[in-house]
Amino acid sequence: MAKFTKATSVKDWLNQRLAIEKVEKVMASEYWIPKNINFLWAMGMVLAITFALLLVSGIFLLMYYQPNVETAFDSVNYTIMQEVGFGWLWRHIHAVAASVVFLIIYIHMLTGIYYGSYKKGREMIWISGMLLFVTFSAEAFSGYMLPWGQMSYWAGMVITNLFSAGSLELNGVVEWIRGDYVPGQAFLNRFFMLHVLLLPLAIIGLIGIHFAALRIPHVNNQDGEEIDFEVESKKYLDGDKAGSKVIRFANDFMSKDMFVVSIFLMFFFYLVFWNYGFAMDPVNFDPADGLVTPAHIYPEWYFLWSYEILRPFSKDLGLIAFAIAQVIFFALPFMDRSDNVAPANRRGAFKIWFWLMVVDLIVLTAMGKLPPEGAFNTIGLIAALVFFALWIALPFITKSEKKL
Amino acid sequence: MKKELFILSVVVAFSLLTYWLVEPFAHSQMHPHVEIEGFKYSGASDIAEVDNKISKIRKDIEKQKAQETPDSKKLAMLDADMQAAENRREAKKVFWADVERIASLKGDASRGEGVYANCTGCHMEGAAPMGGVIPPNLKTAGALYERQYLIGLIKDPAMASNVDHKFSIVRNHQMDSVKYMVTTDQDIVDVIAYMEASAPKAEEITPKVAFEDACGRCHDVRYKNWTITGTKPSFKDKRDEMAFDIAHLDAQEGIKGYMGKLPPDLSMYIRSRGEHYIKAFVEDPQQLLLGTSMPRVGVNAESAEKVIAYLEEAGDPKKAERNRIGTYVMVYMIFFIIVAFLWKKQIWRDLH
Repeated sequence: MAKFTKATSVKDWLNQRLAIEKVEKVMASEYWIPKNINFLWAMGMVLAITFALLLVSGIFLLMYYQPNVETAFDSVNYTIMQEVGFGWLWRHIHAVAASVVFLIIYIHMLTGIYYGSYKKGREMIWISGMLLFVTFSAEAFSGYMLPWGQMSYWAGMVITNLFSAGSLELNGVVEWIRGDYVPGQAFLNRFFMLHVLLLPLAIIGLIGIHFAALRIPHVNNQDGEEIDFEVESKKYLDGDKAGSKVIRFANDFMSKDMFVVSIFLMFFFYLVFWNYGFAMDPVNFDPADGLVTPAHIYPEWYFLWSYEILRPFSKDLGLIAFAIAQVIFFALPFMDRSDNVAPANRRGAFKIWFWLMVVDLIVLTAMGKLPPEGAFNTIGLIAALVFFALWIALPFITKSEKKL
Repeated sequence: MKKELFILSVVVAFSLLTYWLVEPFAHSQMHPHVEIEGFKYSGASDIAEVDNKISKIRKDIEKQKAQETPDSKKLAMLDADMQAAENRREAKKVFWADVERIASLKGDASRGEGVYANCTGCHMEGAAPMGGVIPPNLKTAGALYERQYLIGLIKDPAMASNVDHKFSIVRNHQMDSVKYMVTTDQDIVDVIAYMEASAPKAEEITPKVAFEDACGRCHDVRYKNWTITGTKPSFKDKRDEMAFDIAHLDAQEGIKGYMGKLPPDLSMYIRSRGEHYIKAFVEDPQQLLLGTSMPRVGVNAESAEKVIAYLEEAGDPKKAERNRIGTYVMVYMIFFIIVAFLWKKQIWRDLH
């Protein structure tokens, strides 16, 4: 057992037992971040704040939400939106944050791809991040079921149907997932459990792993430069703050983070109060009705690109393509055969690969929402094929990349 | 700094492009824009609908004829459809031209009172249901509905409410007997003049009354406790409540029989459909949902606004609060940004 002496102050008392000064150093003041970064490096903090908003607003919604097929719709749209003081505010925050969080996740991911922050020791950052993306997707989908509107019901129907695995017709699996032949009480209850307990727990755990994965390889920088953190941090502590290539996490990096967060929050709250339609689909303000199929069924915008990879092919081929698209980004660090850690614009063919991928994802997203008719169908099919062509090409173009 | 702004503009441009594609553009493709005529009821959209149908049949005929061996049975059926549609278009043209002509006549309210006696046989307090619906009380009708529409309705109820497709062969419109009661053009404008003179002033009609009289005989609004059998009171005795609910279910059964489907509860329609859709739908249900059994109701522009106001009260009562709180939050955010910026500047002064 450690030796304890009579404490000289509260801080000393805590220090002896919790080593708070050491923790503060490790977590904040001597957690070193490269100085050569831009605002895109603040997306992690923006995501943390958005997750906090989701968590807090979710706790308030949970106090009045009723996971029952008879009362769920009214508990959301009447009790929460009308009767409870500021219930509407919590719901709008929750719904808009659930949508905006994916915008930030995509920016965060594409930043990582652009600057090569997924390789040479940073693979686990990328993989834990991808696990977070998948878990967030499940969290978003399960949450979308809860208001028990038309889109909740029919999205639940369509997505759970995917588990019949096309021509294998595993209808038993679908029934097992739903707990019924069609989405009903059992279905709502289990998605409620997933949304408020199991998946948030998994997300919090994964966030811990994601942060931990940053420790050893450190945060990347705008030029992919390999920094000797020992030397540079010593330089900083010796007083040469301007000459050092690193900064403290707090308050140096944090002050920049918070400035970016402040701009983000202004944009976020503008959406919450005045432009929430993209996150709260009007169709979902109709109560679930198993006898009336909505004219157009489409997922939320952040699932559209993968939905469009499913849609233009025949049933089985589409499912296989869809399954591959869901996991292919995990393989990025291993399919990129180049050793270069540098921004894409210095990497020759990879630069073209990156921007083609961005444009292709946007085209897929647009076509995923548009009705599958005429030219939209053809464009969607081409975009889906381009998606796979890009992944097949990746190892070859990166293998022949010149060493920087 | 310059570089950061450039990166920001790239991120914003791609985000906005994606937003534009999945929201305004996709929705314009999924839900073609429908014009609102302004609740004037000229019959233009009624005729346009039949025109659309005619061009559709014409395409089908051409398709059939282009085949190597055209199916003569199908062709004959299409020809018959074409004939029926052309007759319908002609009938609608004649009807709306008649309405236009009658509208120019001047009504005499005191003569109209006599003619109105014909109406009170069905339109009275505690009226019995006729084929599923209770004939409405007409006290507010003169102020709620557009004159042009009322003329049409008295002349030919099915035509004016644009549900003639439901009644063409097998049965008559519930109100068809009016054709044998109010027979001359002058009678029509006289009885309307009486209804207008005896109605309360438009400004005395609240959104609640406008909705209940114009829409509430078929549509529940449970968030306002409105049912098609009236406002549901709070009951002390469970049995009284059950009796009310049973009477309500019976009334729903009746309307279901008449309409083919229970008209939806409109509590959240202001959020699920939005103002423009509701207005276009109320003006002419057929142009948004071809074949629907919902009749055109014929409200005037002022009453339509009141109906919207009522639906907003039911489905989006926090709009004003949302705008107010939103403004406060924006002001707070500006301060937040300034403070965050100054903090960053102070800390980074030593780092550069």
